[in-house]
Amino acid sequence: MLRSGLLAKKLGMTQVYDDAGNHIPVTVLSLEGCQVVASKTIARDGYTALQLGAGDAKPKRVSKAERERFAKAGVTPKKKCVEFRIAEGNEVAVGATMLADHFVPGQKIDAAGVTVGKGFAGAMKRHNFGGLRATHGVSISHRSHGSTGQCQDPGKVFKGKKMAGHMGAVRRTVQNLEVARVDAEQGLVMIKGATPGAKGAWIELRDATKGVKVDDLPMPGKFTMDAPKKEAPKAPVADKKGEEE
Amino acid sequence: MNVIEKIEKAEAERLLSGDKTIPDFSAGDTLVVQVRITEGTRTRLQAFEGVCIARSGAGIKESFTVRKISYGEGVERVFPLYSPMVEEIEVKRRGKVRRAKLYYLRDRRGKSARIVERTTGRGMTGGRAKKK
Repeated sequence: MLRSGLLAKKLGMTQVYDDAGNHIPVTVLSLEGCQVVASKTIARDGYTALQLGAGDAKPKRVSKAERERFAKAGVTPKKKCVEFRIAEGNEVAVGATMLADHFVPGQKIDAAGVTVGKGFAGAMKRHNFGGLRATHGVSISHRSHGSTGQCQDPGKVFKGKKMAGHMGAVRRTVQNLEVARVDAEQGLVMIKGATPGAKGAWIELRDATKGVKVDDLPMPGKFTMDAPKKEAPKAPVADKKGEEE
Repeated sequence: MNVIEKIEKAEAERLLSGDKTIPDFSAGDTLVVQVRITEGTRTRLQAFEGVCIARSGAGIKESFTVRKISYGEGVERVFPLYSPMVEEIEVKRRGKVRRAKLYYLRDRRGKSARIVERTTGRGMTGGRAKKK
């Protein structure tokens, strides 16, 4: 049964130890107040999906149309919104805040995001070509790709020939990453291994489409109807305002 | 403090929450490291005694290198400082050295590979007080 995923921000990597004393390299992802912004239904849209938003956007930087849309859902303006297809019956109410223990430690997930951009990269870096020799008459072209084809017949370079060009900054999904730990209180998901993207990139996390499924996953997900926790300093300011009024 | 630093600090505290403590030691000190070894189902402790020739990294990622001469052959082992596999670190002898990394010991044998014992200074009783 397809259930919702999570939208999270990549904070960086570190390492933790498991019970056996092994190093586990982990990517730390933060949910940043991930909430359900909208839902798609078969009756209206022809398919079922949840739109999740995460990260606080400044209200004045959001267009009025978008602002109204967030207000209608009863959520704060979000920096990033992503749709997650779900099976019918796995709907989560609009406005719900997703929790990190949506994923269970040990389960496999897929992580999708935009990879780090490398700019215009040569064939050696982009396609792992070997380059040319260091000596034996090779001049200037030590890191070049070498020959690109045959001679007068076919008289052209075949389409799809691996050559130098723009590398990175494309959407990629890494499959079957293991969830190492989750911290529902702080909204953190720690994944064994690396996910695409630089620090601060938005990563979509879904249950793994391949591999073994964990039977005791929370259905339709772990969420709360409370608003995401704000930082401590903001609360006293709000109290003061109340007193003045 | 950012989230990653918090996680690393909490992890270090978790690993040191048992009776394990990390003594104050630096390059040049002679250490006895008790390493947990699992053979099949049973675990036992194995001692590795030698000179600490380097400490590298910081925080939860810190490790240290211990060098000893075993049957005439130099042996070096790198231990992660916070690893649960490292059961105990005992400082047997403090050494007086002027380098943070003692890689020059790799080229030396016998008399020239000795390190003078340090009896004063940091971490010693009766030594000079730490500057504030």
